[in-house]
Amino acid sequence: MITKLGMPKWGLSMTEGKVLGWLVEEGEKVDVGDGLAEVETEKINGEVEAPAPGVLRRRLATVGQVYPVGALLGVIADESDSDAEIDAFVADFQAAFVPEEAADEAAGPATQTAEVAGRRLRYLVHGEGDGVPAVLLHGFGGDLNNWLFNHEALSGTRPVYALDLLGHGQSSKDVGDGAATLAQSLVGFLDALGVEQAHLAGHSMGGALASKVVSEHPDRVASLTLIASAGLGSDVNREYIDGFVAADRRRAMKPVLELLFADPSLVSRQLVDDVLRYKRLDGVDQALRTLAAQMFPEGRQPIVFTDTLEAASVPILVIWGERDQVMPVAHARSLSSGFTVEILEACGHSPHMERAGDVNRLITQFWERA
Amino acid sequence: MARKITYMQAINEALEQEMRRDPTVVVFGEDNVGGFGSPGELDAWGGVLGVTKGLYGKFPDQILDTPISESAFIGAAVGAAASGLRPVAELMFVDFMGVCFDQIFNQAAKLRYMFGGKAKIPMVIRTMWGAGIRAASQHSQSLYPIFTHIPGLKVAIPSNAYDAKGLMIQAIRDDDPVMFFENKVLYATEAEVPEEPYTVPFGEASFVREGDDVTIVAIGRMVHLAEQAADQLASRDISCEIVDPRTTSPLDEESIYESVEKTGRLVVADESNPRCSLASDIAALVAQNCFEWLRSPVKMVTAPHTPPPFSPVLEDLYVPSSERIAEAARDAVTGKAGKVGAR
Amino acid sequence: MTTATPVQDLTKDQLAQAYRVMRTIREFEDRLHVEFATGEIPGFVHLYAGEEAIAAGVMAHLAPTDYIASTHRGHGHAIAKGCDVKAMMLEIYGKAQGLCHGKGGSMHIADIEKGMLGANGIVGGGPPMICGVGLSAKTRRTDQVGIAFVGDGGSNQGTFLESLNLAAVWHLPVVFVVENNGYAESTSPNFHQSGVDVAKRADGFGLPGVVVDGFDFFAVHEAAGEAIRRARSGGGPSLLECKVMRYYGHFEGDQQTYRAPNEVEDIKASRDCLDQFANRVTSADLMSAADMKAIDAEVHELIGTAVAEAKSAPDPDQSDLLTDVYASY
Repeated sequence: MITKLGMPKWGLSMTEGKVLGWLVEEGEKVDVGDGLAEVETEKINGEVEAPAPGVLRRRLATVGQVYPVGALLGVIADESDSDAEIDAFVADFQAAFVPEEAADEAAGPATQTAEVAGRRLRYLVHGEGDGVPAVLLHGFGGDLNNWLFNHEALSGTRPVYALDLLGHGQSSKDVGDGAATLAQSLVGFLDALGVEQAHLAGHSMGGALASKVVSEHPDRVASLTLIASAGLGSDVNREYIDGFVAADRRRAMKPVLELLFADPSLVSRQLVDDVLRYKRLDGVDQALRTLAAQMFPEGRQPIVFTDTLEAASVPILVIWGERDQVMPVAHARSLSSGFTVEILEACGHSPHMERAGDVNRLITQFWERA
Repeated sequence: MARKITYMQAINEALEQEMRRDPTVVVFGEDNVGGFGSPGELDAWGGVLGVTKGLYGKFPDQILDTPISESAFIGAAVGAAASGLRPVAELMFVDFMGVCFDQIFNQAAKLRYMFGGKAKIPMVIRTMWGAGIRAASQHSQSLYPIFTHIPGLKVAIPSNAYDAKGLMIQAIRDDDPVMFFENKVLYATEAEVPEEPYTVPFGEASFVREGDDVTIVAIGRMVHLAEQAADQLASRDISCEIVDPRTTSPLDEESIYESVEKTGRLVVADESNPRCSLASDIAALVAQNCFEWLRSPVKMVTAPHTPPPFSPVLEDLYVPSSERIAEAARDAVTGKAGKVGAR
Repeated sequence: MTTATPVQDLTKDQLAQAYRVMRTIREFEDRLHVEFATGEIPGFVHLYAGEEAIAAGVMAHLAPTDYIASTHRGHGHAIAKGCDVKAMMLEIYGKAQGLCHGKGGSMHIADIEKGMLGANGIVGGGPPMICGVGLSAKTRRTDQVGIAFVGDGGSNQGTFLESLNLAAVWHLPVVFVVENNGYAESTSPNFHQSGVDVAKRADGFGLPGVVVDGFDFFAVHEAAGEAIRRARSGGGPSLLECKVMRYYGHFEGDQQTYRAPNEVEDIKASRDCLDQFANRVTSADLMSAADMKAIDAEVHELIGTAVAEAKSAPDPDQSDLLTDVYASY
């Protein structure tokens, strides 16, 4: 079985990527999800993962070259496939390949909006099928693009929704009473889409909001995945929260964003600029201050859900990076044995970006079991 | 993704959103509405090229036509700003600055200082600049260096629709007099622009492209030509970093120095005439403040020391081209000193 | 309004010349309107069609040594002042052999040798310069005069008002001709000068000002003649406000939605200066329809040749970009 290893599309605006290096030799066996090559895009770096098991028979991409989304980077096949067959596969592909036009919006999914209690929510949906739907919830100051390495991978047999929380992305910047309004809007979102029950996966503040929904509407939640989540302990790095709120220039914002990752070099100038553009939208400053004052005042987390979650009958998966500089990994370690906890080494506050392959695998298996 | 609109629509939207938010924002200029007193349609023009079209219907009390009396109505903007309004006045073509320059450089720019900080002049003057549409000498100049030179004035020069909307909203909310330069050729260019109001701060340059071998600081329309030059050079293994200052006063010097420190080489692409241009200003700042990082002499790519000509073949030679910018970048990398090309 | 020159006071040659000038302007502008729509003419063009009587009526009293300063709507003034029509067309097309070697274009058409100080892209740019012409004539004791043209819009520029005052206090041999064509770009004098006659401004500065029917060659001729005689004889400056309408837009491409429906057609039918002129001279038996037809044919050919030659003429050379900046440097 011959499978294409192509340049992936991470997020909505990616059109090309530069191959920085190969992580696997030609002839090596690979499994689904293994990182095969490192790629740099305008926004962030990531790993191209094996889409199928087999042997990496061809490494076609040259290190240092830029390739459009969809281009053939390599070929995975079985031992039994002949070189001639693989050559033919490559030749056929290259003859027919036309790079996606940057302006060709119709090629990929477009974001949509839903009106919930008079406020607009932007979302993106990948995947369809009979599986129980899932909703991905980003963290403080983020948006649905944070799931760029996960969204498609998770959408195998079910629709997966990634949301811009109120106050974030292109959703309404009116956060009402803060956490309560945000959590209510999540339930409202499920109602608006006619979804009875969904898997919820939340990162950081998104995890706390998902936990709040579990505590108030447990019947609507099929499972709960908490990634480096808020609401599981009483500390938070105030340098991150206060720094994020206060930073209004590149120089101030960069060190704040570096706290999100174990490897600070992941913070590109483009990433910093995107965050600043978001912060300069009318209403964002007010929204962030309201949420920070309520959920993360002066380095504390007054709202903790551990007890509620313990008592809940919803299956819970907790994923944390060992070197998280924002939410202490100690919060994960001190959870009771009733929680399934995965702590990833050499990983910071953003496991879903830093160790996307592992996180995708963990969540996919978790959802299938739940 | 945000929807795409043109540079012109972005400015119109910025004006609309600010006029809605703040009833003291008042827009006026020649034919900004168009048709006042005339028998036919009102809002006939909405500005000579249509930038302010539609605003009269939405805010009839906040937008006016003026007679062709720049000295009077630009001066009126100063007085209005000092006494409670936030005017956005239009100096249709920056080439017309001669008939009202006193009101700008001696009144608007200096009242706050001369009155010991007691006056506030929150006004914006929108004005068109740039050659390329064959409008000849008195409608094609790039006079922003003259305004950059004047203490008390701020100068914004957006190169794209996103920056145009954000800088305009910032300019209106800013409490100082702002000269807002709109490039005529860029009016039709599109970019992703958020529907919500947002600001772009003054004094923050944008890194349009990252690179290692040479820094190109490009003003306004030159940003797009610098990108073309960078594309040409990528195939010759020269990677260019393109810095768009967005505002020349205040100027984000730190970002320019940061970039020169990394690349060691500087090209400035500036459509104004060479003497006392932004190119010479930025070149001197770099020479003074990060000389030790320079590996080769600074290159300046500007228009020649002539008025803008009418005939298309001559005007095309007048405006700096992507080829000249690329040549300058190559010269910077090879260390070739002196003026770019034979000129 | 003023009186008109009796038609019999002009010689047949003068009448033929006047007709030729007006017809040349009309044909030149009408043809430009057509050619501009093809996209071949670069930049901005502002057409004078409808206003010919003013240019012809004023320039009839001028010699090549007299100077005029024009506006952005300058083709009519240039033609009436004797600028070479083919060289003008070449200039409008941006060609090397244009009047300004392709460097000025329509908005900056000029020929100093013919006393044409240029069309001007700056509203109100001309009047102060004409004051200078007046000063020069007075100082050198010649009998030259200077004529400054402005529009109704331009009459609101500070430079115009200052020039009225300066000409009056220096007692200069100049005439200010305001061509009130009903619109400053898209705004009407009803708005931009509250409907008040510009001629009245002269009173405030102490010089004579009159309103003239700008569609009537003979009325313009009479008023201009009186003003120019006054200037030449040391009687000081005057202001003529010629009320007229332009047939085309402010610039070519202007949709003119600010005009009333059929506005232009109605004026053409009732007030056209060439029709009025033709009626007067044929009624007085001083020119025949055949005479005028012959002139029409010559003009038609001249314009046709001018356009054809302009289209195929060579562009300026690259090196021309850098010439003519200074007399010496």
